Amino acid sequence: MGEASSLLSGTARISHLEMKGIVKQFPGVLANDHVDFEVRAGEVHALLGENGAGKSTLMKVLYGMYKPNEGEILIDGLPAVILSPSDAIAKGIGMIHQHFMLVPSLTVAENVALGLRSSRGMLTDLKVVSERVIELAKLYGLLVDPSAYIWQLSVGQQQRVEIIKALYRGAALLILDEPTAVLTPQEVDELFVTFRQMVRDGHALIFISHKLHEVLNISHRVTVLRDGRVIGSVATEEATKEGLAQMMVGRDVGLKPEHKKVDVGKAMLELEDLWANSDRGVAALQGVSLQVRAGEILGLAGVSGNGQRELAEVITGLRNLIKGRVILGNKDITGKNPGEIMEQGLSYIPEERMRDGMIREFNISENAILREHHTQPFARRGFLNFPVITQYAGELVKKFNVKTPSLDTPAKNLSGGNIQKLILARELSRKPGVLIASQPTRGLDIGATEYIHTRLMEQRQEGTATLLISEDLDEILALSDRIAVIYEGQIMGIVERQNANAENLGLLMAGVRE
Amino acid sequence: MQNPLLKKLDFEKIVDALLPVLATFAALAVGAVMLVLLGANPLQAYAAMVEGAFGSTNSLADTIVRATPLLMVGLGICISFRGGVINIGGEGQLVMGAIGATVVGLWLPEVPAFFVVPLAMLAGFLAGAIWGGIPGALKAYFNVNEILSTIMMNAIAVQFMNYLLRDPLLDPDQFNAASKIPQTARLVQAFDLPRLVPTRLHLGAGIAVVLAILVYLFLWRTSIGYRIRAVGLNPDASRYAGIDVKRYIVLSLLLSGAFAGLGGAIQILGVHHRMFTDGSAMGFTGSAGFNGIVAALFGKLHPIGTIPASFLFGALLVGANKLQRVMQVPSAFIIALNGLVVVFVVSSEIWSRRRSRRRMSMSETLPELDGSNKLKKPGETQI
Ligand SMILES: Nc1ncnc2c1ncn2[C@@H]1O[C@H](COP(=O)(O)OP(=O)(O)OP(=O)(O)O)[C@@H](O)[C@H]1O
Ligand SMILES: [Mg+2]
Repeated sequence: MGEASSLLSGTARISHLEMKGIVKQFPGVLANDHVDFEVRAGEVHALLGENGAGKSTLMKVLYGMYKPNEGEILIDGLPAVILSPSDAIAKGIGMIHQHFMLVPSLTVAENVALGLRSSRGMLTDLKVVSERVIELAKLYGLLVDPSAYIWQLSVGQQQRVEIIKALYRGAALLILDEPTAVLTPQEVDELFVTFRQMVRDGHALIFISHKLHEVLNISHRVTVLRDGRVIGSVATEEATKEGLAQMMVGRDVGLKPEHKKVDVGKAMLELEDLWANSDRGVAALQGVSLQVRAGEILGLAGVSGNGQRELAEVITGLRNLIKGRVILGNKDITGKNPGEIMEQGLSYIPEERMRDGMIREFNISENAILREHHTQPFARRGFLNFPVITQYAGELVKKFNVKTPSLDTPAKNLSGGNIQKLILARELSRKPGVLIASQPTRGLDIGATEYIHTRLMEQRQEGTATLLISEDLDEILALSDRIAVIYEGQIMGIVERQNANAENLGLLMAGVRE
Repeated sequence: MQNPLLKKLDFEKIVDALLPVLATFAALAVGAVMLVLLGANPLQAYAAMVEGAFGSTNSLADTIVRATPLLMVGLGICISFRGGVINIGGEGQLVMGAIGATVVGLWLPEVPAFFVVPLAMLAGFLAGAIWGGIPGALKAYFNVNEILSTIMMNAIAVQFMNYLLRDPLLDPDQFNAASKIPQTARLVQAFDLPRLVPTRLHLGAGIAVVLAILVYLFLWRTSIGYRIRAVGLNPDASRYAGIDVKRYIVLSLLLSGAFAGLGGAIQILGVHHRMFTDGSAMGFTGSAGFNGIVAALFGKLHPIGTIPASFLFGALLVGANKLQRVMQVPSAFIIALNGLVVVFVVSSEIWSRRRSRRRMSMSETLPELDGSNKLKKPGETQI
């Protein structure tokens, strides 16, 4: 390989990678149906498609995690045999999964070194690793401290570590499966700066996202999958939001939900002067007081990590309060356990749904009753009532359009977005008096997002009091009646719907009080 | 037309199901090499083994009798491993259950059997429950590693047994005699479990099989079983769903111990009719507390699968005894053979999981064997 063909990171380029006629069959699902896909050095190729279209599957085939039933992969024109992720890494392919695979109790450098051979034999030379981490970080604008522990890092920082880890292993082509789903808008901007630097340097990037504006912003080309087949590829310059949505779904989507006038009722959820610590033992909530009334959506805006998670956990009884009171309906639920609180008519859509919202090995039916497995009609005299359970699960799947071959399919076999839909279906179908919804549309395609928004509005009309926690300002602005802004564990202000806009919320989110 | 791919999957499934059996044969093949080195004819040896395990009604009955405690311990293992906790305390739980049953039997010799026998079983069940429940509570509320604590509970049970048999429960005949063999008096014959056919086969085997079906129904058909499995697979999601995770950790270990304890009671009422010791747990249990774990793994941690698995394992143990007697090889050979089978079966299990993970999905988790790790939060240390 000559000078010109190697990257700043020192690895050889992949000028052209081609996947040809890829077929991947799962029991009952044809996830990839003769898919052709290619990516070149120096471009971001975006992969779009509805939940369950087959994007992750195609990428896992490329990364050696799945063996395709048919098809071949060509690197710079030569057939490549990729039977495992280590084969892929050896060929210069890296992948960043949506769910990070870092060890929280180790440092950044230790995580990068994990599983590598070292120059000093058995003992990994962490100093050498650290130096290299700093070097790579500088090259691509990925600032992290090599000696920091993973558990101390924000999600955005952890993602940088994942990227550094891939680059350290010599990635010339990087697959990023929904990397922006968990990031704040500012972190997305930072990530894109890195992307541009990498692309300029000659990396090839494959980028998956459900957010069309991101795709239009960063990519050079877009390929759309639907039901496992390629619908088409377009140059980003020639693409529009509407056109892409049309290609993905086959109909017009992305309509804003109608915000009908609703008479708000009495306060359903009252928070009085809440104080609580984070997992790390620092003050996360410092005197939060809020009220959510029946028929109202209270948006909670803020940069993630300012106490949103702790607030939700305190309300649901998952975290201990230091001080303050939580009143649900007329009842004081302070200090009650999660089971008791949820029985009082509270639903909770947790943020980390893949970890906290479902059990991967349980099938769809079992997951559908995760909260209510012990109550009528799902359980009678301690026995699970399967006919009722499967009928109920079938209804959820149908209503929320969860794509699955059967109700006996383990949840882990669903696509990321379809798992999300199942959890949302479960929580929204309980007809809760109070709903805590944390990032409810994260990971959903545009059609599903639209449906969830409609459902939230319907529930509002039926009198549910909703606390909507979201980092997506557009979502908050579209749905909320009032918007509270949280900053460093304190409520900076509450803005009425008609007075709220991105500017005044943005200032409050940055901790600036008018 | 049949999809060739589905056919291939069926084939993989069959391979997976047969894997423990193949692993056993592999272990026997290694055993054959050892036999040759010992100067014995392996074919003759294994023929003696099969003969010993299945050759006659009597040997078949012995096999089943030997399998019964394995199945009882194995059922408990199914519960605890599904609940995400690892119970290595079967030996101690068997011993405590046996002591419980013996005490009841010695205490009420005049009372009718239809009352005492169930009471003795209940005592065994409860004694095992306590012996499993203590490590369960230590794990749930003080974050003490259950592998270590259950092993320590084994040691405590053995010392307790030795103490009881040295004096408080010592057979009065032995007490008067100079020999002082550490054993209790024989329970009155009325308390012997009924024999099913004129062999050593007793009702306990039937009880164990019925319990296997009940454990299956418990784990997969009741809401408590649902919770145990949920906690074992994902404690975080269980907590978010309002399940009191700690309580179900205690319950899984408690029930696990209870089944082993009941197994100990059945050994007393059906086989030994008295408690005795050789100073270790093995003298009484024949290592059923450990072999039961392997039987459960062999049965894919499924109560129904554990029935044939225990039977096969029982056959191996009974057959190996016969082999040793016929071939005159050192008795250590049997222990070695037993160990080989354990190593091969457990490794094949791990290998098959890895393989299926690679085949289907990289992110699939290993619920049962990983259970203990999942309960740890980052940064938390365990003793
Ligand atoms: N390991 C698996 N076993 C069985 N079926 C699977 C498996 N992984 C994916 N599938 C199925 O393949 C289809 C495509 O899934 P995939 O994860 O590729 O979708 P996706 O396009 O990434 O969707 P999302 O946007 O929701 O992440 C889905 O219908 C899913 O149910
Ligand atoms: Mg996906």
